[in-house]
Amino acid sequence: MSRNGPVALIFHTLFVVFMVAPILVVCWVAFTPEGFLSIPITQFSLRWFKALANYPEFVHAFGVSLWLGALSSCIALLFAVPAALALSRYRFRGRDALSALFLSPLMIPHVVLGIAFLRFFTAVGIGGTFVALVIAHVVVVFPFALRLTLASATGMDRSVEMAAISLGADGWTMFRRVTLPAILPGIVSGWMLAFIQSFDDLTMTVFLATPGTETLPVRMFLYIQDNIDPLVTSVSASVIAITMTVLVLLDRLYGLDRVLTAKGGDAGR
Amino acid sequence: MSTTATADTSDARAGLSLALPALMLFIGVVVIPLAMTVMLSFHDWGQYKGIEPVFILKNWMEIIDDPYYLEMFWRTFRVAVLATLITAVFGVPEAYILNRMQGPWKGLFLLVIIGPLLISVVARTLGWALLFGGNNGLANKLLMTLGLVDSPVRFMFTETGMIIALAHAMMPFMVLAVWTALQRLDPQVENAALSLGAGSLTVVRRIVLPQIMPGVLSGAIIVFSLSASAFATPAIIGGRRLKVAATLAYDEFLNTLNWPLGAAVAVLLLIALVLIVVGSNALIERRYQEMFR
Repeated sequence: MSRNGPVALIFHTLFVVFMVAPILVVCWVAFTPEGFLSIPITQFSLRWFKALANYPEFVHAFGVSLWLGALSSCIALLFAVPAALALSRYRFRGRDALSALFLSPLMIPHVVLGIAFLRFFTAVGIGGTFVALVIAHVVVVFPFALRLTLASATGMDRSVEMAAISLGADGWTMFRRVTLPAILPGIVSGWMLAFIQSFDDLTMTVFLATPGTETLPVRMFLYIQDNIDPLVTSVSASVIAITMTVLVLLDRLYGLDRVLTAKGGDAGR
Repeated sequence: MSTTATADTSDARAGLSLALPALMLFIGVVVIPLAMTVMLSFHDWGQYKGIEPVFILKNWMEIIDDPYYLEMFWRTFRVAVLATLITAVFGVPEAYILNRMQGPWKGLFLLVIIGPLLISVVARTLGWALLFGGNNGLANKLLMTLGLVDSPVRFMFTETGMIIALAHAMMPFMVLAVWTALQRLDPQVENAALSLGAGSLTVVRRIVLPQIMPGVLSGAIIVFSLSASAFATPAIIGGRRLKVAATLAYDEFLNTLNWPLGAAVAVLLLIALVLIVVGSNALIERRYQEMFR
C-alpha cells in the first residue's frame, strides 16, 4: 500500500480545516460571555446556553422538530418496509417506474416540493397545520427510509423464511419472527437517517410552517434573516451537538459511508 | 410457458399489493400537488383580486420577457457551475488521499468530511456568515495575514461568498461519489503501472482518473442540481438583493403573494434541472458504455 506524500498531507490538512471551520466557529462563538458577537472570544461562558430557556419560541420550535422528525420517520417506515419487500423480492412490470417514483423526492428540488405542498394543503384546507407538516415530511424522508430498508432486504437470506413456513409458521409470524429481525439494522438506520433529514429540513418546511408550527431550522432561519447574535449561535451549537451524537451512533451501527451511499439493489439512483 | 405467466401475475400481484400503500401516498401527495403547481403557473393573479383560476401564459411571458428573470436564472446557473467546479477540483484529490490512508485515520476523516452533510445547513451557513462577517471577519484576517490579498475581500452579499459556502455544503456529495468509485478500483493495476516504471502522477492521470471519471461526473451532477436549487445558503449569504431561483420563488410565495408567478419560476427550475440531469446522464452513459458493460 502506497502512502500519501507530504504535499498530499498538507492538502488534506487544509481541506479538513476548510470543512470544519464554519462548524467550529459557530460552536466557539456560542461560548462568548459578551452581549454581542465578538471574534475571537476571550473568555468562556455558558451565558447564552442558559439564556435559551428564556426564549420559548426556540424551545417550542425544538419540540416541534423532535415530534415531527420522530413521527414522520415512523410513518415513513410503515410505508417503506412493505414497499422495500415488494421491490426486493418481486419482479413485475412497472417495478422500475415504481422505484423511480419512490426515490423522486431526492431528485425534485425541495423548493418545488415545498411550493407543491403549500398549494395542495391550502386547497385541501389543512394548510399551516401540524398534520400537513407530518405528511410532507413523510414524503421527503421516505426515500432515505426506503433505501436503507431495501439494502438490508436485498441482502437477506430467504431460505430462513422458507424454513419458518415449512415448520408451520403463518405469514404474519414469519414476518414478525424472521423477516423483521433480519432487516432490523436497515430499519433502525433508515429511521435515524430519516429523522436527521426531517430534523434538518429547511427549504421545504419554510413554505409550510406557520408561527405555531415553526420547526427549529425555520425559526433559526427567520431569526438570522433579522440579525445574527450570540443567541442563535448557541442554538446552532446545540443542534450541531445533537446531530453529531446521532451521526456517531449511525457510524457505529452501520458505517456512515454505507448509510449515505446505500444502493439497495438496482433501485438506488 | 403458462407456468411462467402465472408466476409472473402472482409476483406482480404480491409486489403491487405490498407497494400499494406507498404508491397511493405518492400519487396523492406528490403527483397531484405537482400537477396542481403546474396548473397554478398558468393562473392569473392581481394585487386585489388574488388568484384567478384561468388559463393564460402571462406568468411565463413575464419570465421570458423580463431581463430581471433572465439575469436571475443565469446567476443561479453560474453559481451552481462554479460551486460544482470547486467541489471537483478539491474533492477529487481529497477522496483519493482519503482512500490511501491507513486504518482508523481513514474512518475518522471520512466521518469528519462527510459528517457535515447531516448537520443543519442553517448552522453551517451561519458559520460562514460568521467567518465572512464584514471587513474584519476571520476569513479576511487570515487572507491578509498570509499576504494573499491587500484589501479585504467582500464575501457577504456577494456571489463569491455564495459560491464558497455552497461548495462547502456540497463537498461531501462529491467526496462520497468519488470515494465510491475508488472502492471499485483494483489496486493491482496501479501497482502494475508503478512496477513498470510509471511515476505516481502518471499513474493518477493514466490509470486512476479515467476509471473514476464516471464517479466524478455523477458527483458533479448531484452537486450541480442541489446547488442550482439551494435555498438556505443563497438566502443567508446572498441577502435580499442577490436572488437565485429558489429564493425568488420563496419571495413570490411568502412576501409578494404572487403564487402563480412563483409557481412558474419553480416549474421552470424543475424542468431545466430534469433536462440537464437526464441529458448529462445519457451523455455519460454513452461515453462510458464500454466500462459499464
